[in-house]
Amino acid sequence: MIEKSLKQLVQALAAREISSVELSTLFLDRIERFNPDINAFVTVDREKTLKKAAEADARLAAGTAGLLTGIPIAQKDIFCAEGWTTTCGSKMLANFVSPYDATVIRKMEAEAGLVSLGKTNMDEFAMGSSNETSYFGAVKNPWDTARVPGGSSGGSAAAVAARLAPAATGTDTGGSIRQPAALCNLTGLKPTYGVVSRYGMIAFASSLDQGGPMARSAEDCALLLNTMAGFDERDSTSLDRPVEDYARDLEQPLAGLKIGLPKEFFGAGCDPEVMAAVQVAIKEYEKLGATTVEVSLPNSHLSVPAYYVIAPAEASSNLSRFDGVRYGYRAPEYGNLDDMYMKTRAQGFGAEVKRRIMIGAYVLSHGYYDAYYLQAQRIRRLIANDFVEAFKACDVILGPTSPSTAFKLGEKAADPVQMYLSDIYTIAVNLAGLPGMSVPCGFAGGLPVGLQLIGNYFGEARLLNVAHRYQQATDWHLRRPDGVA
Amino acid sequence: MSLTLEQVQRIAHLARIEVSESEALATQGHLNGIFQLIEQMQAVDTRGIEPMAHAQELSQRLRADAVTEVDRRTAYQAVAPETEAGLYLVPKVIE
Repeated sequence: MIEKSLKQLVQALAAREISSVELSTLFLDRIERFNPDINAFVTVDREKTLKKAAEADARLAAGTAGLLTGIPIAQKDIFCAEGWTTTCGSKMLANFVSPYDATVIRKMEAEAGLVSLGKTNMDEFAMGSSNETSYFGAVKNPWDTARVPGGSSGGSAAAVAARLAPAATGTDTGGSIRQPAALCNLTGLKPTYGVVSRYGMIAFASSLDQGGPMARSAEDCALLLNTMAGFDERDSTSLDRPVEDYARDLEQPLAGLKIGLPKEFFGAGCDPEVMAAVQVAIKEYEKLGATTVEVSLPNSHLSVPAYYVIAPAEASSNLSRFDGVRYGYRAPEYGNLDDMYMKTRAQGFGAEVKRRIMIGAYVLSHGYYDAYYLQAQRIRRLIANDFVEAFKACDVILGPTSPSTAFKLGEKAADPVQMYLSDIYTIAVNLAGLPGMSVPCGFAGGLPVGLQLIGNYFGEARLLNVAHRYQQATDWHLRRPDGVA
Repeated sequence: MSLTLEQVQRIAHLARIEVSESEALATQGHLNGIFQLIEQMQAVDTRGIEPMAHAQELSQRLRADAVTEVDRRTAYQAVAPETEAGLYLVPKVIE
C-alpha cells in the first residue's frame, strides 16, 4: 500500500479495499517508527488526523468525495493550518497555533478531501538548502542519515522518500522544492509564480515564494497541483486564470519535443557523476523522440548574487512582523518597547535568519538602495529576458537540479556562501517566475540525482507530460531507500 | 566593500536585533563573505534596463469597498503574548 500511486490509492479507497482511517493509521504508525531517526515531522496529532480520515470515509461513503478524498498528505510547516502548531521551523513561532487555514490547506483538505498527517520540518523561515537551520534540529536524508535531505522543504522530502507519507507540500523561493526533491529521489514541481495562492503561507520573499507538490511521480504531482492551484482573492498576486487540468497532457507523445540545453548548466562546477546521469537522461529523451538544441542563459551566473539581495530585502520587510506583540515569541525580560523588540528578535530568530534580515536592512538603507537593490532588480530582468530568448528555440529547458548529490550534515553549515551556491541552477527560475521541476534521473555513489526541467510561463501541463513520459520509460523514481522497509 | 564592526552593529539596530560584541564579530565575517558574492553584480552594465520587481507585471487588483471579514478578534488575540480587554499590551511608550 505504501508504494501505491495517488491514482491507485484513489481507486483502492473507492473500491473499499482500504478506508482512509486504515490508510492514515498505516502512515501514522510508520511516522512513529521512523521519524525519531529522520526528524521529518515536527508536529503529528494522531487524534486530529484520524478524525479527518473518518470524515473522509464518510464523504466517500456518501458519494460526495472530492478529487483526492481520504489520501493522507504531509504539510510543510510553513502553511498555517487552523488548530495546528505552525512553526515555520523557528523558535519565534514554536508556540503558534494558527487561528486560520492557508488557502492551500483549505483547498486540499476542505475541497479535495486530503487528510493531513502532520507538519514537516524545514529550514527556519525557509532560509536554507540543507534543513540544518531548523530550530527543531536537522532532518536526515533517508538515503544516508549522515547526509542532508536538502532544503528548505527537507522534512517534506524526507517524509515522502521514507514512505512516511504518500506525498507532501513544499514551497520554493530559490529551489526549496526542487533541490530537496533531487537529493531525496522525488518528483517536485514549482509552479509559475501566481498559480498557487500564498495566503497563509508564511512569507519569506513575496515576489519569489511559490507553493507546490512533492511526490513520487509526475502523475502524482499533476493530481496534487489540481487541488492546490487556482485564483484566490486573498492573495494580491494570485493570477485570475481559467482552471486547468494539469494531468490532461500526461500521455502526449514526446516526438518533436525540443529540449534546450543551456551551455551554462553544462560547464564546470557540477559534480561529473551528476552530469553523467543527466547526459544519460538526455539520451533517453532522444529515444523518446525529442531533439536537443544548445541555448544560452548568459546572465545565469548572476542569479545567486542578485537573489541574495532581492530575497533578503523582501525578507527583512516580511519578518519585521515578528516583534513579540501580536503572536509568537516574546523575550521573558526586557526594558522599554525597543528593548522588547531587540531581545525578542535576538532570541527568537536563528543565525541564518538574522544574517538575511541584516543583509536586507542594509541593501534597502539610504545610500545603498540603488547600488544593490535596484541593480539586483535590473539583473533580474536580464535573467528573465535570457529565458524569453531561450524559449524561442525550445519547448523546455533541461539541466541538473543541483551541482552535487546530498552533502554531509555539517559540511556547508559554517560557510553561508558555499550553502548558497548549492542553489546555483534553481534560483534563476524563481527570479524569472517560471515553472520548474526536479525528476529522479539516476544515482551517483548510491545517492539520488535530480534532473531539472524548466518550462515557459504556465507550461506546467507540458512539463508534467515531459516528466511523466520519461518516468514511463525509466524506473529511477520508483527506487526507495533501504532501512525504511 | 567591507563592513566595519560599527556598520554591522548599526544594521543590527536598524533590524531591531540585539547583538553582543562576539556575535557582531562573527556576523561581520559572514556578511562580508556574502557581500563579496553580491559584489559580482557591480561589474554588469545595466544602464537602460528597467528594474524588475515582480515576475508578473500586473497592477494591483481592486475589490469592492465592502466588509468581507468576520470579527475573529478573540481567536487572533488568543495567540498574542499579552492582551487585556481586547488590547495588545506592550511596555509603556508615553509617560
